[in-house]
Amino acid sequence: MQKVFGSASDALDGLLFDGMTIAAGGFGLCGIPELLIDALVEAGTKDLTVASNNAGVDGFGLGKLLETRQIRKMMSSYVGENAEFMRQYLSGELELEFNPQGTLAERMRAGGSGIPGFYTKTGVGTVIAEGKEHKDFDGQTYILERGIFADLSIVKAWKADETGNCVFRKTARNFNPPAAMCGKTCVMEVEEIVPAGSLDPDAIHLPGIYVHRLIQGEHEKRIEQRTVRAA
Amino acid sequence: MPWDRNQMAARAAEELEDGMYVNLGIGIPTLVANYVGDKEITLQSENGMLGMGPFPLEGEEDADLINAGKQTITELPKTAYFDSATSFGMIRGGKIAAAILGAMEVAENGDLANWMIPGKLVKGMGGAMDLVAGVGKVIVVMDHQNKSGASKVLKECTLPLTGAGVVDRIITNLGVLDVVEGGLRIVELADGVTDEQMRDATEATIV
Repeated sequence: MQKVFGSASDALDGLLFDGMTIAAGGFGLCGIPELLIDALVEAGTKDLTVASNNAGVDGFGLGKLLETRQIRKMMSSYVGENAEFMRQYLSGELELEFNPQGTLAERMRAGGSGIPGFYTKTGVGTVIAEGKEHKDFDGQTYILERGIFADLSIVKAWKADETGNCVFRKTARNFNPPAAMCGKTCVMEVEEIVPAGSLDPDAIHLPGIYVHRLIQGEHEKRIEQRTVRAA
Repeated sequence: MPWDRNQMAARAAEELEDGMYVNLGIGIPTLVANYVGDKEITLQSENGMLGMGPFPLEGEEDADLINAGKQTITELPKTAYFDSATSFGMIRGGKIAAAILGAMEVAENGDLANWMIPGKLVKGMGGAMDLVAGVGKVIVVMDHQNKSGASKVLKECTLPLTGAGVVDRIITNLGVLDVVEGGLRIVELADGVTDEQMRDATEATIV
């Protein structure tokens, strides 16, 4: 079974439908699946629900899918960097479900691990807990959070072998592994595809079982907050 | 004289003990790293890193290496990277000894509000709810009063909560308060700040 595809559009072929749920990797603009987002813009798939920690910035990352009005709902923890997002949200065009960051990550990990729900202390006593089941364990109150089961995962790694075993680089790993796990199908983009056997099996960050389709390409890797210290 | 930002950060750094794994929030909490001295403190960045180093030199920025504020940073010899689920596993699991973070309001029962003002632009809670629910000790560093002079140390929070009953210690420009049974206890006053000044500036019950 061949996992390597020639382009992002080819890799998404047959997987897209209006109203689908997509889990996307990345934190801010770090480690986002740039090429697959561009291909989604090109495909024009509509009414998307996107689970992603952030919503990109104006004109880059998921911001591109907001500009084309392809996203109906975001599941995120922080969306402050995007004026178009705010405009659509405040005008009621875009639905937003805030998730505490760790809850979002765990919901993805749980979904990908066959766990439909889990209890967490995060958010107890806040608006996040409203309408959710509360349960006490050993004198502490927890709320029930549901696993996320996405139709599609779009993620980015640094290097992968042809079988999808992959490694990430520095903090670009972030949400990519849990997002990859929770999709029925996972499409991954990498900076370099290497022959099987050239990655150390003991140093694989995400085994290829989670990766169904794979592409390689050039990444812009835009920096959101360039901060330096004096020499 | 009440403490300035750097003095508040320096006082907060005294809370940290050798060997601690710590998460610092944005603003004054970030400055705490400048005052840890000889203590071996490992900073966690919740986007997936332990052992956060300083900002890079010009030309050494790496798009793959940022902190939770999305700023470019550097790694240290002890650095480890991991995914977001693992990162919040260590937060939720109580492995992080302390979080030092800013606040809009703190109440005498330890309630904390620092993520949303109704009617204003809401950006999201990010990892703040997970941090305050999970870490060993929650230390708030903030100005005692807002710009119009109203106390931020209240009987009850008026803003939507980040966490209920989560704050352990409050460090402000006026001094240090602990959340205890029945209200707040004055631990320390900033140089030249009187007990009376502290009480006048505090809406919460001081016991």
